[in-house]
Amino acid sequence: MGMTIAEKIIARAAGKESVKAGDIHTVTLDLMMSNDGTSHLTVDKYNALKNPRIADVSKLVWIVDHNLPCDSVKTAASHKKMRDFARANGIKFYEGEGVCHQVMMEHHVRPGQLIFGADSHTCAYGALGAFGTGVGNTDYLYAMVTGTSWVLVPETIRFNLHGKLPEGVYARDVILTIIGQISANGANYKAMEFGGEGLASIDMAGRMSICNLCVEAGAKTALMEVDDVTLDYLSAHGREPEAVFAPDADAVYSEVYDIDLAGIRPIVAKPHFVDNVCSVDEAEGTKIDEAFLGSCNNGRIEDLRVGAEIIKGKKVSPNVRFLVVPASRSVYEQAMEEGLLRIFMDAGAIVMNPNCSVCWGACQGVIGEGEVLISTGTRNFKGRAGHRDSFVYLASAATVTASAIRGEIVSADKI
Amino acid sequence: MGQTIIEKIIGNNVNKTVKPGDLVTVKADYVMMDDIMMPFIVSKFKEMGFTKVWDPSKIVVICDHMVPASQTDDVRAYHISCDFANEQGITNLHQSDGICHQLMTEAGYVKPGHVVFGTDSHTTTYGSVGAFSTGIGYTEMAAILGTGEVWMKVPATIKIEINGKLADNVMSKDVILKIIGDLTAAGATYKCLEFTGDTVAAMSQSSRTTMTNMAIEAGAKCAVFTPDEKTEEYCGIELTPFMKSLVGDEDAEYERVISYRAEDFVPVMAVPSNVDHIVPISELRDIPVDQVFLGSCTNGRLEDLMAAAEILKGKKIADFVKLIVTPASRKIYTEAMENGTLDILSKAGAIITHPSCGLCCGRTGGIMTDDEVIVATNNRNFLGRMGTSKVKIYLASPKSAAATALAGKITQYEVE
Amino acid sequence: METFSGRVWLMGDDIDTDIILPTEYLIYKTIDEMKPYAFSPLRTDLAGAIKPGDIIVAGNNFGCGSSREQAPEVVKALGIKCIVAKSFARIFYRNAINNGLLLIENPNLCEDITEGDEITVNADTISYGGREYPIAALPENLVEIIEAGGLVKAMRKRNGLD
Repeated sequence: MGMTIAEKIIARAAGKESVKAGDIHTVTLDLMMSNDGTSHLTVDKYNALKNPRIADVSKLVWIVDHNLPCDSVKTAASHKKMRDFARANGIKFYEGEGVCHQVMMEHHVRPGQLIFGADSHTCAYGALGAFGTGVGNTDYLYAMVTGTSWVLVPETIRFNLHGKLPEGVYARDVILTIIGQISANGANYKAMEFGGEGLASIDMAGRMSICNLCVEAGAKTALMEVDDVTLDYLSAHGREPEAVFAPDADAVYSEVYDIDLAGIRPIVAKPHFVDNVCSVDEAEGTKIDEAFLGSCNNGRIEDLRVGAEIIKGKKVSPNVRFLVVPASRSVYEQAMEEGLLRIFMDAGAIVMNPNCSVCWGACQGVIGEGEVLISTGTRNFKGRAGHRDSFVYLASAATVTASAIRGEIVSADKI
Repeated sequence: MGQTIIEKIIGNNVNKTVKPGDLVTVKADYVMMDDIMMPFIVSKFKEMGFTKVWDPSKIVVICDHMVPASQTDDVRAYHISCDFANEQGITNLHQSDGICHQLMTEAGYVKPGHVVFGTDSHTTTYGSVGAFSTGIGYTEMAAILGTGEVWMKVPATIKIEINGKLADNVMSKDVILKIIGDLTAAGATYKCLEFTGDTVAAMSQSSRTTMTNMAIEAGAKCAVFTPDEKTEEYCGIELTPFMKSLVGDEDAEYERVISYRAEDFVPVMAVPSNVDHIVPISELRDIPVDQVFLGSCTNGRLEDLMAAAEILKGKKIADFVKLIVTPASRKIYTEAMENGTLDILSKAGAIITHPSCGLCCGRTGGIMTDDEVIVATNNRNFLGRMGTSKVKIYLASPKSAAATALAGKITQYEVE
Repeated sequence: METFSGRVWLMGDDIDTDIILPTEYLIYKTIDEMKPYAFSPLRTDLAGAIKPGDIIVAGNNFGCGSSREQAPEVVKALGIKCIVAKSFARIFYRNAINNGLLLIENPNLCEDITEGDEITVNADTISYGGREYPIAALPENLVEIIEAGGLVKAMRKRNGLD
């Protein structure tokens, strides 16, 4: 029987000829990423073990990104614990290099790998054909100590992309549309696999944006077929695939969706759920206090170019704080070189160092009581970006930037 | 009898000759209010029964301590600041342009000879362009907003004369730290520091600003330089005869005159936890650091960033050390971006934040925990200023900070 | 001025405003909310131990640093009746006067006193351990503000409200 990409990656990691959805297998992990959200807890649990050891330190990558620069003595203490442990054990450690998933994509992830990340948006790695999945710190600790873990082979939902996106519509609109269609738990425990002739028209940044958000439909992982776009990205970053897996023609899918890219329109997710979507036009006129262009979802150079193009020569509304946060140091430097940061600065935006910040409501750009944020971040849960009584709308870089200029939600073609 | 600079400025304001100890009521040419104090200023203003400010064009509101917000409550101060400005017709409102003390001169408000009050102790800064400026509390500010004036005692002046050429690894920060060490933290309480001599005449406007900014750390009420052609250029004005007269007279009465030889200054740090506890860096050996902070109204200017970049160019900071760079204003950030300084700093491993008070005021921007050590270019190393009371804060110049970030331990820049 | 007595908390030189109230608490809506954090970098339990009527005795340069008026306000809100120090930083001094918090300069008391002892403040002296410590007279303009009950009240009067 044929296998999906997810099944093939798990089969490889389990050392089996074939696996099928519903099986439980012990797998050897290729990489294990952990960030400052939970690493300090992992360290505590590790130190509580009897004679603990790390199975293979070369597979560990630890990244400080959520609260950077540090905003409280409490987070400072957890950073120190993480940093000291990484240093003592020779763990690859990044601090200040960017949002963990972007750093992983730029420096570590390879097609065919099975990767655990102690962060739910680890599913982003599917853009490079890797099986990334988020785990809690206990699962992470077990994997760190044994080099292995168990996985339930997920069922796969197939998304065949057709055609091309219209001008002014972005990958971000695609994934929000899909989540709206299948709902916030529509892919629970499942893998979301993307392919079809339309995929070729979506660049790597767009692919990361799509895969990254699949967890918001409950997916265990997201996977895209490896093609020239993937291989070009990899070689540009000096890496080779671990293994390239295409789904078999007779692979078994729990559902198959055909997505007509040409039919996608700019969309927003309204408070307080990612699947609570409507067209931008329907939300037009909603007053905002803050706009955020950044995160592992939409803080890449392509996103900053979109925003800069829209805001060039214009000003941020005096009623809005517009935070622009490149997803990594290399994105930051490139945006500086291309003159994008200059455009944002001249427009009155607040340009921050690469970090998670606004996306998860900490360290910088926190919103207050009753405030409204429009964001390219990953989530719009109640209280996600600050005060429990605040409101988050999710949209594309274009819509967010246009709204920052207008002071209320508006689609970019009206600016 | 001759007069000191500050006596001339105050005398001009009250239109009579003044001497130290005189109680006078001055009119404010500008007042500066920062976000963190605004909720209290506005509430006192209302409680006092005022409804309209005396002159919106002379009032500047600057959001800098809590931009971008790190706590949900920070946003309240931001809204109160913006709402008050809008309701009072105050158009001098800066929502995210940088640190108040940088903006007050950079954005063209304060000019030589002005009398300025701000709700922040480092308001002494504007003496670098030959203005009288000092920090006050929010109740006093509320009263000035309503009346445009305030009483003050004319301060006695301590003249600090520096002649000669500073070594390449000595910056004006080292000079002012040494002076504070000599005066002690309370040594200039109620006094004005007047800087003079060919060393300070040769200093850039930026270097002078570092010195007036820190005068408060010796308790000074204000500090002042004679405005000159550099001031003219920086302020974008032509000096009037009055401005040109802002020189300490030969026969002026000074409470003290302290003379320094520029060649005697060496790179120093203020060691934990007092600004007047000054030690030459050569005596601080092998102290590993966890973080280095380059920024603040003291040392976050283009000259400071460029000095650090020159040292860091093509190099990487030490592993496991963070270098946080917070330019003092949007203009400085943009200039540093355009001339390649930020690129050099970023490639060396710096974390570059948006212009704001950042770590200096201890709300966010790199808070630290027990037993961590930081070398910082800002103005205070008080207990608990940047995290727990067990954080050790060393204050230094941008060059010393950059050299320390490279080495991963406290060190001074040695010219190659 | 009426005579009063109080228990003494003893502090050293250069008690700065970041010690009196750290920056992170400045934005709290009311002074009452800030009270538990007063002096926390120095002594975490001090704010809770201070009782209304207590007196702080300190060394040189009390209140140096920031212009934050929350510092004298929180000290007053804790019920501290007055501060006796060798000297005060100037912004703190002005802020305290503007809020009607009594400050007394005396060079010797802090050298002689033991924490927890009681002192009595009279019109022109402080009595402690059988000794009298002189109090210097305040400048007239400050007396006016204090007599008005602080600057807010003085301004209300000016604006015809009280």
